[in-house]
Formats: sequence, structure tokens, C-alpha cells
Amino acid sequence: MKPKNQRLVLILVALGAMLGAALLAMSAMRAQASFFYAPGDVATKGLPLDRSVRIGGMVRPGSLRRHADGVTIDFVVGDDSNATIRVRYTGITPDLFREGSGVIAEGRFRPDGSFVASEILAKHDENYQPPELGPEGMHKTDRVR
Amino acid sequence: MIAEAGLGALWLAAALSLLQLVLGAAGARAGGEALRPLVRPIAIAQGLLAGLAFLFLIWLFLRTDLSVELVARNSHSMKPWLYKFAGAWGNHEGSMLLWVTVLAVAGGAVALFERRLPSATLTATLAAQALIGLGFYAFLLFASNPFNRLSPVPPEGNGLNPLLQDPGLAFHPPTLYFGYVGISIAFSFAVGALVTRDVGPAFARAMRPWVLGAWIFLTLGITAGSYWAYYELGWGGWWFWDPVENASLMPWLAATALLHSVTVLATRDGLRAWTVMLAVVAFSMSMIGTFLVRSGILTSVHAFAVDPRRGAFILVLLLLYIGGALALYALRVGTVKEGSRFDFVSREGALVANNLLLSAALGVVFVGTIYPLAVEAATGEKLSVGPPYFNSAVGPIALLLVVIMAAGPLLRWRRDAARALVGRIALPVLISAAAALAVVLLAPGTRILPFLGLVLALGVAAASVAPLWKRNLRRTPLFTYGMVVAHLGIAVALAGMACESAFTTETLVAASPGQIVSAGPFAVRFEGVEPVAGPNWTAVEARLHATRGGSSYEMRPQARMFSAPPTPTSEAAIETVIDGQLYVALGEADQQGRWQLRLWWKPMVTLIWLGGAMIALGGFLSLLGRLLRERRGAVREALA
Repeated sequence: MKPKNQRLVLILVALGAMLGAALLAMSAMRAQASFFYAPGDVATKGLPLDRSVRIGGMVRPGSLRRHADGVTIDFVVGDDSNATIRVRYTGITPDLFREGSGVIAEGRFRPDGSFVASEILAKHDENYQPPELGPEGMHKTDRVR
Repeated sequence: MIAEAGLGALWLAAALSLLQLVLGAAGARAGGEALRPLVRPIAIAQGLLAGLAFLFLIWLFLRTDLSVELVARNSHSMKPWLYKFAGAWGNHEGSMLLWVTVLAVAGGAVALFERRLPSATLTATLAAQALIGLGFYAFLLFASNPFNRLSPVPPEGNGLNPLLQDPGLAFHPPTLYFGYVGISIAFSFAVGALVTRDVGPAFARAMRPWVLGAWIFLTLGITAGSYWAYYELGWGGWWFWDPVENASLMPWLAATALLHSVTVLATRDGLRAWTVMLAVVAFSMSMIGTFLVRSGILTSVHAFAVDPRRGAFILVLLLLYIGGALALYALRVGTVKEGSRFDFVSREGALVANNLLLSAALGVVFVGTIYPLAVEAATGEKLSVGPPYFNSAVGPIALLLVVIMAAGPLLRWRRDAARALVGRIALPVLISAAAALAVVLLAPGTRILPFLGLVLALGVAAASVAPLWKRNLRRTPLFTYGMVVAHLGIAVALAGMACESAFTTETLVAASPGQIVSAGPFAVRFEGVEPVAGPNWTAVEARLHATRGGSSYEMRPQARMFSAPPTPTSEAAIETVIDGQLYVALGEADQQGRWQLRLWWKPMVTLIWLGGAMIALGGFLSLLGRLLRERRGAVREALA
């Protein structure tokens, strides 16, 4: 093979690989495009029933209820809009999960609009706020994070 | 006085780096030969001074000198000494000082040990290293001074984030930084060689040990970080695709690609322009990672302070350095002569494929990490890109990469016959096929990625040792063993990941004292809880008695409450057995006196980190082999 041809083929292969990676990234990204739902989003975006998503908001005070099995809890997540999501979670809640504080839950919606969480990502120290919940938890800027 | 001495050392180091830059830039030109001998000692002195400043900071932390703002904000007199020591870098300013120290020490080490580079290129390299250093010294001195005094002196410090109060803090950040920042050497080498138009096999041979050294530390740092997150967070996961994890993975991917392309350049004089590009990209990824972690745009246990000025400062530095290097590259790449050619079916061909796939993986991780941040910055819309994206986008690339890795070392340099490869790789393929059959029969319903991972891991493990087949093992060079061990490490880690993902069993209960719970092959009896206390925490500790067959294990997971700052954490109990780990986390109690327990049986999970350690060990053997061969060559020359 002539040097020029080899360079050309190499460049074509490289472009092909990059294109493949970009397509892969885009298809994976599209599945994630609306990965995060705030309670108000459900009305506008519709219920995503086909995939696992994250929801986030504040745990409504007084909404936490424990089941008899000792490991399942129900609670309601709300945000500034009046919309709420009922969440059921089976598992150990993070150390700082409590009523009135922020929470991110990963899991699936059910057709009735309630949410079954497979994982709860609450803040994992006093200052940590899940990124999706914005900066309201970050006023203590000079503390260790 | 210690703080002032530290600050003085830092200022002096900064001044020396300016001198190093000026003398280096002038000395690298034709006609500047007289200046060149000055640059080496300056670089060494600068490294020593930065190291000294860092030692002074550690000293302040060990003494808990609360008149220093950083100590008061981040330490506490009651903290165990190990966390006073390691706490020196468990905060923004301290970790940036560590960053700069590693940068300066790496530059000093090049000045001290590098003997192969022509003096002009070495001088230009040291000037480039000084230029990077200068920016970050400015960042420390003007925006993140670790030695600020505080008045009035507070009676007690704020304490250290309890999540960081773990022996991991003593090991993970320094190793990671030695890798992360050590890769700056490759960047400076590339800039130096572009300036003096000296890109070639000799340049590659000189650069290789430095890249290898940084890469070993980076591998160890990532492995240690993964294990730390695994046992400390109590979620049982070992990789979360968190942006801060990606920030360390991206330089690793680039450095791994560089490690392989530099071999092509050193051995076969191919991939010249590409290798230089990768060296620039690798350290650019480190700087982007630093920006992500230290600017405060991410909230995580790694991002200590949120101060927009600091983020802007790092961003400007980043743009200047990366932009400058790319501009130099664009100007000079035309003068880099084309390297020698090769067939596609050849060792070089496989290494090119390796590089393309690693770059593709890097691109995918980069997009997934940066895109949500960019969208948020531009539109304010919050986007969350999580594990589903990374697993489905990186997984296939990684598996393809592993296939190439199996075949590559079995190919000859320059040209080979595809048919010959078939014979050499037949046995590994057979092993993979047998593994596939076994998994289908024994564990039907295994998901596709873990299935492929497991099958490929076994075949790749066989292919990794194949280069040693029928060779005289005593005469095989050490760096060949290095490659074999590192590639085997990839197979081992892959097997661990696949097993963890496919066969983990999880049990979740609210247990009353005396209750027996089963977790995988274990029967675990919950004995009860009792209060315990440590130096700066109190805890509820559960007593568990796990049995399997004839062996029994005592496990003690805790729910801790730290006193300063007051923070609850959970300390998982982990029992490592030959074929995996039993992992127990303690939750909270309910009114009936039952305690939540979450138990995981994770078969073969330890292979993940064992593999990581093997990869680093392979790098170390390879480095040792290269250095020994060089030493021998030098002795032979001296005798001749």
C-alpha cells in the first residue's frame, strides 16, 4: 500500500470509530434525555413507564409511613409546584434522609403515577445536596464538603 | 512562624519557576547553550521548596495550629493523628498545594534523572513544566492560600468530614495525584519536543518511563478510590460513574492510549504526530478533571469549597494551557516527519485499534460528563446523565478493546498473516466458547454485558499468557512479563466486574435479636446491638455471627455519629473469603426493636481490585525491565 493510501485508510478508520462512538453516545444519551423528573415535570412530560428514571424534590413533612416489614417506607416528594409524587422504597435509607429535606430517588413509575424507588440518593453529609436540587443546600460555602 | 516559613517557601518556589521558565525558554534556543546548565538545578530547587512548603502544612496540621485558617476550618484537636496528617490534603487549599507539589517534584525528578533527552529538548521541557507550575502557584498564592492566619484564634477547629476520616485518605489522594499530575511530564515532553522539532524514537524512549510511572500511580489511585467508595459509602457499589470518578478515568484512558502509542513510536518509529497529541490530551484531561473537582461546579465529597472565583481561575489556566499546547501543535505538526509504515495486520495495527477504541471510550465518557454541565451552564436546565448511559455506551467499547488486547500481543511487528493469528488464538477462543456454554448451562438468564464480560475474561486471561508460550522464560525480558501481568490484570478485573454484576445477591430485613437471616451461601445470626465509642465518635454496633459450612465469622457493622462536625455515617462490615465478600450495612431501628440489615453476598468481587493491583504491578515490572535494560546497555557501552 502506498503511504498516502495508508494514511487515508487510517483516517477513514479513525473517523469511522469516532462516528460509531458518537452514535453509541447519542443513542445512550437519548434514552437518558429525560432521566430526571421533578414532581412538576410529570404533568408536562408525561409518565415514563418504559425505563428507569430519577425523581427529586423535598420529602413532604408528615408524609413518611413505615410498613410492618420494617424495611419498606412510603413518602411523598413535592417541589415548588403543587405536584407531588408518592414514592415507595424498600431498603435502608441514607443517613441524612428525613422529612423536609431533599431527596433523589432512582426507580420506575407505575401506571397510577406512583414511583417505586430502587435507590435513594439523599445528601450524604450535612452540606451535600444532590446536584439536581440546585444550590439551596450550599449556603455554608466555607465548610468541608 | 511555621505558616510564614511555608508561605515563604511557596513564594520562593514560584519565583524559581518564573526563573526556570525564562532561562529555559531562552536556553532552548540555538545560541542559548550557556544557560542550559542553570535550568536543571533551578528545577530541582523548585521541587524541594514546594515539597518543603507542603511539609510545613502537614506540620501545622499535626500541631493543630488553630491560628491558621485552614487548620481551624478543617481540623480538630481530638482527631486521631493519622487524620490530622492526611487531613492536610482533605480540603481545597491543601489538596491544591499537594497538586502543585507533585508538579514541582515531578519537574525536579526530570531534571535530576533524565539523561537521554538532548539538552535543548530537556531545557524546553523544563520550561514548559515551569510554565504550568507558574499558573498554579499563582492560583495558590492569590486565590487559595493555605497559610492564611486567622485572628482571633478560635478555641477549637471545625473538624474533618467524617466520610474522609478513613485510612484511605492517607493513600488515595497522594497516589492519584502522583499519577494525575505526574502525567504533566508527558505534556511538557511533548511541548519540549515540538519546540525543538525533536519528535522521534529517541524522544519516545525517553518519555516512556515517565508516562509509565505516572500511569502506575494513576492506576493504583483509581483502584484505591474505588475500594474506598465501596466500603465507606455502604451502598455496595464499586463504581458510580460520578463526575469525579470520570475525572480520574479520563486521564487514565488517555494515558493508557499514550503508553501503547509511545511503544509504537519507540520501537517502530510510527504514530509520531498522534503520540504527541495524546501526551497533550492526557494532561489536558487531568486539568479538566481538576477544574471539575476543584471549581465547585460539582457537589461531591471531593469538591471542598464553592467559590466561583476559583473555578474561573482554573478555567482560564486550563484554556490557556490546553489552547496554547494545541496551537503549538497545529503550528509544528507539519514539521513532524511521517513515521514508518506498517501493515494493518500487525502489532502496530492492533495498537492503533487499541488507541482508537481508548479514544472513543474517552470521548464517550467526556461527553457524558461534560454535556450535562454545559447544558446547565447554557440553559439552566438540569440534566442527569447516570450509569445507564455510561454502561450502555462504554461497555461495548470496553469489550471490543479487550478482544483487541487478546489478539494484539500475539501479532508480529510490521506485518503478519491473519491466518497465523488464527492458529495462535485458537485455544483462547475455545476457552471462551467453553465458558459461554458453561454460563448458559449453569446460570441461564445472565444479562448480556456480564455474560460477555465473563466469557471474554476467561478467553483473554488465556490469551494474555500466550505470549510466554514456548519461550525461554528465563530469557524473556522483564517488560514482556509486565505486559502479560497487566493484561492478565484486565482479565481478572473484568471477571470480577462481571461476577459482581451477574451473581450478587441482596437481602434486606428488619431483624430482631436472635433472628437468622440468609445471605447467599451464608446463614447470619443477628445477636443484637450495643453502644461503642471511638476517639471522636459514638456508634451503635450490631453483632452478627455468619456461618457457611464449618466456618464462622463475627461481623460488626456500625451506625456512627461523629462529634465534630456532627454527622452520622454508616460503617459497613465486610468479610472477605476466598470466593467473594459478605457485606453488611446497619440501618435504623423501628418501634418493635428490630434493626434494618442490608446484606450482600458478592461472589468474586475482590477480583476487581486485585485486577487493578495487577495492572499496576504489570506497569511496575515493565518500568523496571526498561530501566534495567538501559542500565545494562550503558554499562556495555562504557566497557566497549
